[in-house]
Amino acid sequence: MPRWGYKIHEDRQVIWEEGDFSLVERIRLAEPSLCLCISCGTCASGCTAAQFTDFSLRRVIIQLQRGRIEEVRQEIDRCMLCGKCILTCPRGVNTRHLVLCIRKELSGDVLY
Amino acid sequence: MMTKTVAVIGGGPAGMEASKELAFNGFQVVLLESGARLGGHMNQWDRLFPNKRPAGEILESLYRNFPGSITVMTETNITSIGRNADRFILRTAGRDVIEADALLVCTGFRVFDAILKEEYGYGIYDNVITSVDLEQWFKEKRPVLTSHGRVPATVGFIHCVGSRDEKSGNLHCSKVCCVTAVKQAVELKEKLPEARIFCFYMDLRMFGLGYEELYKESQEKYRIQFIRGRLSEAFENMDGSLMAKVEDTLTAKPLRINLDLLVLMVGFLPSDGTAAIGSLLGLTFNPNGFLQPRDGHLQPHDTEQQGVFLAGSCKGPKNLEETLADARSAVLRIRQYLTN
Amino acid sequence: MKIEGKKRLWQQYQKEIAGDRYFYVRSCVRQNFFPGAEAVFLKIMQDELGKDVYENPAHTSCTGIGYHCDIVPFDTAMTVVARQFSLMAEAGYENFVTSCITSFGLYSEVLETWNHFPEKQEQAARFLHEATGRPFARPSNVSHASDIIYKYRHEIAARAQYRLVNSLTGEPLKGVEHIGCHYAKMFPSKGVGGAEYPYVLVGMIEEWGGEVVDYPERRHCCGFGFRHYAVRANRGYSLSCSRKKFESMQPYKPDFILTNCPGCPMFLDRWQYVISEMEGKTYGPGNEGIPVLTYEELAGLVLGYDPWDIGLQVHQVSVEPLLKKMGIAYDPDGKYLGPGGKYLGRPENPANIYFV
Ligand code: SF4
Ligand code: SF4
Ligand code: SF4
Repeated sequence: MPRWGYKIHEDRQVIWEEGDFSLVERIRLAEPSLCLCISCGTCASGCTAAQFTDFSLRRVIIQLQRGRIEEVRQEIDRCMLCGKCILTCPRGVNTRHLVLCIRKELSGDVLY
Repeated sequence: MMTKTVAVIGGGPAGMEASKELAFNGFQVVLLESGARLGGHMNQWDRLFPNKRPAGEILESLYRNFPGSITVMTETNITSIGRNADRFILRTAGRDVIEADALLVCTGFRVFDAILKEEYGYGIYDNVITSVDLEQWFKEKRPVLTSHGRVPATVGFIHCVGSRDEKSGNLHCSKVCCVTAVKQAVELKEKLPEARIFCFYMDLRMFGLGYEELYKESQEKYRIQFIRGRLSEAFENMDGSLMAKVEDTLTAKPLRINLDLLVLMVGFLPSDGTAAIGSLLGLTFNPNGFLQPRDGHLQPHDTEQQGVFLAGSCKGPKNLEETLADARSAVLRIRQYLTN
Repeated sequence: MKIEGKKRLWQQYQKEIAGDRYFYVRSCVRQNFFPGAEAVFLKIMQDELGKDVYENPAHTSCTGIGYHCDIVPFDTAMTVVARQFSLMAEAGYENFVTSCITSFGLYSEVLETWNHFPEKQEQAARFLHEATGRPFARPSNVSHASDIIYKYRHEIAARAQYRLVNSLTGEPLKGVEHIGCHYAKMFPSKGVGGAEYPYVLVGMIEEWGGEVVDYPERRHCCGFGFRHYAVRANRGYSLSCSRKKFESMQPYKPDFILTNCPGCPMFLDRWQYVISEMEGKTYGPGNEGIPVLTYEELAGLVLGYDPWDIGLQVHQVSVEPLLKKMGIAYDPDGKYLGPGGKYLGRPENPANIYFV
């Protein structure tokens, strides 16, 4: 085969239908307040973990809702469970419980 | 003193409410409407935000105790407005001549013509409809089906169609379409519990009491998904569904999603009547084509023309509460003007 | 899809296309890519339709490619464009016709700039005078050559030897069309049918008996992208754009791709081979590709011109399957023979894509 010097790029476009929505469905049953997130970022701005790692709970919630489980898996363990976010969230998302649920599910425990 | 006459131009909710109040205040009222019946857009609407109250209730209340003394002229188009001393002389296409001591312009709005957003395919793709079409379906109790007779599994609401858009020539926010989208999404979910329903928005403007609550309920109870991104283009797939391209701005990635039904939240524009009457009277238009009161804060009904007053959505997007309140307040102003 | 909806839009985007006395400017790359295309245009206009088409050997590149690669500054491009217009006026013509979409886009952009910023027009006139001593002129009509073929599509249909119909089944052949970004995306009113549902190529296909299929990524760029193609390391962008289009059009089983621009047929044609090498994937039936034609080449086939006279042997994707479907009698042995029967040489056979 010729040496091209270039290659086909992976498409950055996210195809909604390729998302895996099984995780968000199960987590939603365990923590329905998940649906209330409005991506305001208050949780991420005060987050202990976000100051020193590339962690954003806001982004984790979005990735979860978009069915992008790999992204969630890569980030979720960075949370230190300090509870600052639950104190500040304007929508009353039970963030700390949410993190615990995600971790449980991803470690193979079935919540629902 | 002779009874003074007020000509109210436009028979939507503002015009009807104002006519009634004027009549209760002892004025002679001539209500002129270009359409076949009174009630304006309320006639096309099924239920109202934020509490899903039937629009018919409002119409009913507007007609209730409607004074018989009001002269109602429907299908009436005004062709000229002149003055004779302090009196206005209105001539209609049907060669009627109406004399009045004051004019109240309640000519209202029209919705954006979605065909103009060519890339969204309204009028071309089978399963693209507008919020007005959907409301009509609700009102007629039509089952919500795709053009191929299938129950839609995915539905997308597109906010800001023809609003906040340089390309459509409209810079303003139409104000009521965000909450209308949420209301319609919830109603749709009640009818189609299995459907996945999305709202694609630039900003969500839940300005009224009860609106944010409805939005929250739509997320929690109805699981409407809100994706912050504006539709760049839609395309029809082989099976008649739509391929929609937005940026999922919160993940900063282009997103492609297939939707069985696409609902365009068409914006609020000055009606043809607003444009025509405004020009006949030489009124001032604001940059979006709505009529400009003399002072938006302090003289919201007055115009540059003495004896000509404004009420309702001819001045800009308004919800029904604001429209009715504005109509009543205009009556107070006219009373002050005519009794001094 | 509601065709009436499209027709309503098409009617709103009718542009003025001059009828005769054309000053024709060639593309700087097309003669390498598809050497017969421009010759076919001239033959149709002059021999078939008896139009006056004039070419001036002093015409140069419009600098459009350099401009879009950020190499040629816009002020320079405007001066070069002013010189082409001046050549036109000197020869006594007013109707400017470009062969290239990017040229067409650049000429439109320059004229719009002059309309909005008269001082830029004055500057271009001054630069032109200082550099060449030439007088400044503006055309009264700028059209792309496809606009002209579109305008005369009925006349071409009246002379047709072959139609875009499957000669065995009688079914219309299915074509997808690609107008090229610079034809109408910048100035929708300058394209026949506008930018979202352009009609210029659709009108030809329909008039000549074919059926147009609309596919989800129709509006997507072919990927030429200038800088993206010009720098080898960036070519993957270009390739990936074309691939996105192929993936989207394949389920509709198009018999051919009709293009408007020098870049689009080049990339839609050549990348099919590259993808076949990189991924083993082809987009036509079996291991065939989808034949890609320019509008002049298609008009030439419809008029019965010999496929090898109009340069179809230099296409990467073999056009023979299309020729067979159209029922065109062609000489397989003549494919690699040039004028006077001179053997041109035969390219190597690619491994993964049908090639004859
Ligand atoms: S609980 Fe986790 S996500 Fe919340 S603020 Fe603390 S570290 Fe951040
Ligand atoms: S603070 Fe609450 S609403 Fe805001 S992003 Fe975090 S979880 Fe979502
Ligand atoms: S109310 Fe919402 S949908 Fe309507 S124009 Fe304003 S932001 Fe857009």
